[in-house]
Amino acid sequence: MTDLTTTAALEAPRAPPRGRVFRRFRKHRLAVGGAIVIVALGLATIFASALSPYDPLALDLTSTYAPPFTAGHILGADDLGRDVLSRLLYAGRISLSVGLAAMLVTVFVGSLVGAFAAYLGGWVGTLLMRLTDMVLCFPNIFLLLFIAAFVRPTLLSMVLIIGLTSWMEIARIVYAQVLSLKRRDFILAAQLSGASSARIVLRQVLPNTLAPILVAASLNTANAILLESYISFLGYGIQPPAASWGNMLTNAQSDLLIAPWLAIFPGIAITIAVTSFNFVGDGIRDALDVRLQV
Amino acid sequence: MASFILNRLWQSLILIAGVSVIGFGLMELAPGGPLAVYTLNPTVTSQDIERIKVIFGLDQPAYVQYLKWAGNFLAGNWGYSFFGGRPVAGIVLERIPATLLLMCTSLSLAMVIGVAVGMLGAVRRYSVFDYLATTWAMVALSLPTFWFGLVAIYIFAVELGWFPAGGIGTLGGEGGGILDMLHHLALPAGILALVLVAQWSRYARSAMLEVLNQDFMRTARAKGLSGRRVLFQHGFRAALVPLVTLMGLQLPLLLGGALVTETVFSWPGMGLLFVNSLSMRDYPVLMAILMLSAVAVVLGNLLADVLNALIDPRIKLGSARA
Repeated sequence: MTDLTTTAALEAPRAPPRGRVFRRFRKHRLAVGGAIVIVALGLATIFASALSPYDPLALDLTSTYAPPFTAGHILGADDLGRDVLSRLLYAGRISLSVGLAAMLVTVFVGSLVGAFAAYLGGWVGTLLMRLTDMVLCFPNIFLLLFIAAFVRPTLLSMVLIIGLTSWMEIARIVYAQVLSLKRRDFILAAQLSGASSARIVLRQVLPNTLAPILVAASLNTANAILLESYISFLGYGIQPPAASWGNMLTNAQSDLLIAPWLAIFPGIAITIAVTSFNFVGDGIRDALDVRLQV
Repeated sequence: MASFILNRLWQSLILIAGVSVIGFGLMELAPGGPLAVYTLNPTVTSQDIERIKVIFGLDQPAYVQYLKWAGNFLAGNWGYSFFGGRPVAGIVLERIPATLLLMCTSLSLAMVIGVAVGMLGAVRRYSVFDYLATTWAMVALSLPTFWFGLVAIYIFAVELGWFPAGGIGTLGGEGGGILDMLHHLALPAGILALVLVAQWSRYARSAMLEVLNQDFMRTARAKGLSGRRVLFQHGFRAALVPLVTLMGLQLPLLLGGALVTETVFSWPGMGLLFVNSLSMRDYPVLMAILMLSAVAVVLGNLLADVLNALIDPRIKLGSARA
């Protein structure tokens, strides 16, 4: 047995050396920029309480609709005199958390469905993947809004609604990867040595599909942030007075004539965050040389 | 081919049934039930509510209601709006032309611009143009459409006054007919197109890049055909295949984009109707739109697969698709 495991053929394939991947990622300048922006946004929202000049919920009726750079409000104040910059920072905390948590849900559900469907094969596998194909055809925004409107909106419900409607792509990626890995010798060796299916999927197969999952995960984060903003904008997401980038825009349209800056800044924040995650996803894809269907 | 289509139609039916069950189930589970609007209104007595329940058939168990609704829906009887009592079919169908107008205009704009930009980018790879185009595509994919619309309204309607801020025609008076409508259409269609262009140009670029490296392109060039002719006659045609798929796959995006754009621009289409009915909890209308959008998306996907097979002889339908 020992001489069997030492033969090269049974070794698990290795990802490209870490140094090279990192170097290639660094060459993708927009991706590096995106990563820096994400870290900066993350730090800014984590330390929101230290950075915000005001309490994000504090009403100040003397400075309602204060334009930017007046009355001590760098980015202006909203209809209730709340400081826009402070609200943006706290809103980022919520919007980014929803995005990341929803991404985790998609990765978890998608990997499980894809890996088990491919690994088990047979009618269970077919059924799981047919289900995935079908859910992929769902008219996303309509269904998403419909569900969001009928569920009591909380942070958790937002995460679950977005996560559970966007795991399909990862399931398909993992399915395809696992199918090709399944026939490799090192999996066979693990099977022969008596490892259970669950153990093989979790310990051998999943680590080897990490690269494409990473790409899809960062694109999913971008998408989840975007979806949160849509739902909250229409009023079915994060509920005021708590701020999210989406719900800060809810009243922006009616205030467009008096206070256009209320519409500008949250939108810029969303765009910057989403673009950054998309660029990072693109960069990882190039660096790891993963080919995915768009 | 026929068996493939039948198989897919069968699957589509299951999917659509699934959407309907989810939709119906959610309405049942919603706090206050379907009649929350009435039960929370202090001027409506409990006798009134009982009467309303009987009228709408809400006094029966959920599965009976569902089966009744499904049967009626298939028979073309989509029920009556909770507000005003008009037949739902009429309310929804009269909104379709506006949505189609917005969708078709923006889709054709996006297709023409996106394919041209993407192909040019592929041919002049790594040029400044390519760099700008791919970067814009990425940013456009990341823009919240509703916000983009708000900014456009602010710049072009409020500040510059070039276009109206919303609606489909000037209120009051006779309106300006077709020109007036096009004037109203320009801004929402332009915004939606700019967002959709992103996907088209990305697809067109990668499709063209793939085609450029293929043997038949080299053969065509070796035969002595002019560069332009090779590009347009051979390259373009081969690159078309993935683009056809995109058209089907874009339907959900298009419907969703239309939903948000219609809301921001008060464009009286299905999307705006959906959002308004959502806030009023007008269940029959909501279910009808949800079902229509599901059918549209499923048909789009099916159409894309079939068209793909017709264009590309290498694709065999019915075989296992990755």
